[in-house]
Amino acid sequence: MKITVWGCRGSLPSPGPEKIIYGGNTSCVQVELKNTLIVLDGGSGIQRLGSHINRDITEVHIMLSHLHIDHTMGLGFFLPLYNPNVTVHMWGPATSEESLLQRLRRYFSPPLFPVRLSELPKHPVIHELHDSTFDIGEINIKTNYICHPGPTLGFRLQYKDSVFAYMPDHEIPLGAPNFPNEPEWTSGYDIAKDADLLFHDSQYRPAEYASRVGWGHSSIEDTLAFAKLCRVKKLALFHHDPMHTDVQLNQLHADFIANRNFDFEVGLCAEGNVYELG
Amino acid sequence: MAQQPLELILARQFADSLNIAVFLVDPAGNLLFYNESAEGILGIRFSETGSMPVNEWSSVFTPTDVQGKRLPPEGLPLVQTLSTQKPAQGSFYIESKKGQRYLITVNSFPISGKPDRYLGAMALFWKIELP
Repeated sequence: MKITVWGCRGSLPSPGPEKIIYGGNTSCVQVELKNTLIVLDGGSGIQRLGSHINRDITEVHIMLSHLHIDHTMGLGFFLPLYNPNVTVHMWGPATSEESLLQRLRRYFSPPLFPVRLSELPKHPVIHELHDSTFDIGEINIKTNYICHPGPTLGFRLQYKDSVFAYMPDHEIPLGAPNFPNEPEWTSGYDIAKDADLLFHDSQYRPAEYASRVGWGHSSIEDTLAFAKLCRVKKLALFHHDPMHTDVQLNQLHADFIANRNFDFEVGLCAEGNVYELG
Repeated sequence: MAQQPLELILARQFADSLNIAVFLVDPAGNLLFYNESAEGILGIRFSETGSMPVNEWSSVFTPTDVQGKRLPPEGLPLVQTLSTQKPAQGSFYIESKKGQRYLITVNSFPISGKPDRYLGAMALFWKIELP
């Protein structure tokens, strides 16, 4: 699997000269394997992805971890949606009452957006997910609800022995008073366990998290502890706070990662990063 | 051991935060957790009992009706919820592991996750102080 980061900023696009290294686009990750193209989340990063996609592609699978606006705001600017030769599948979390299609229509309608889903040259195929397991091409995908306000999924993508786990918005310790000691009672554990690569929310410094409990995001210390608990091989810190500049993110690295020994590789995700698994 | 569904993880955390007695079971009725307030009524810490199957926890605290007649498992609200996946309510006596007899009221309800996943059940219970 080839994994490319098109956006790893949290909450709000925040481009600018002080965010050149890590980028300002919100969540969007491309996963490629042979002819299979999966896009994790439709944040503002999906706009650039859409203009770089192979023109011969006929099918794209967009998997939405949840429908907060920073994960959906780029959908309407994804060029393959306007190409009648491309079938776009949209996958996202199920709720009890309102269908995924109805919720997506809220975005694809005035006053938020001028083009309705029904006005696209080819209507996307909508799929609802919960605690699910299925295959797309040769990639096996497992989804679980994870701890974040509103229905939110974590994704585990497996090809042969290689596992990529993706949880961009996840507040790990909220339901786990004995964290990080009980895998059975830790949200997201089954998604991340033994993963070769984990993209995980690390929006806050510990001191920032203390005043933001319940907002749905994790501190870098909790994410590092989670990666250790799950025995991941490589951790890529994701969903950078929109207020954190490159200088501040480099300082975060210096304060919490540099000069410490981990059982796994760890680094900060940056727009444009490419990871190869398998 | 596999991870529990998010709804049960949050239910356990919620129970752990309350000062009302709470008992949490999976869809098969296996005891997953009871909190400190429940420990006070049941007379034994959860760390001492660990998980128990439904046929064990439904009898170990010797539930009886007001006449002192032993209640079968299906007479307990939580067991009813497990079989019907609907809320249930009832009052009965139990005997704590410390030998004290209490009249308790139990309200049980199913834990159903989105979109329609039956994941277990939870019972909240109170001691009734007799005049």
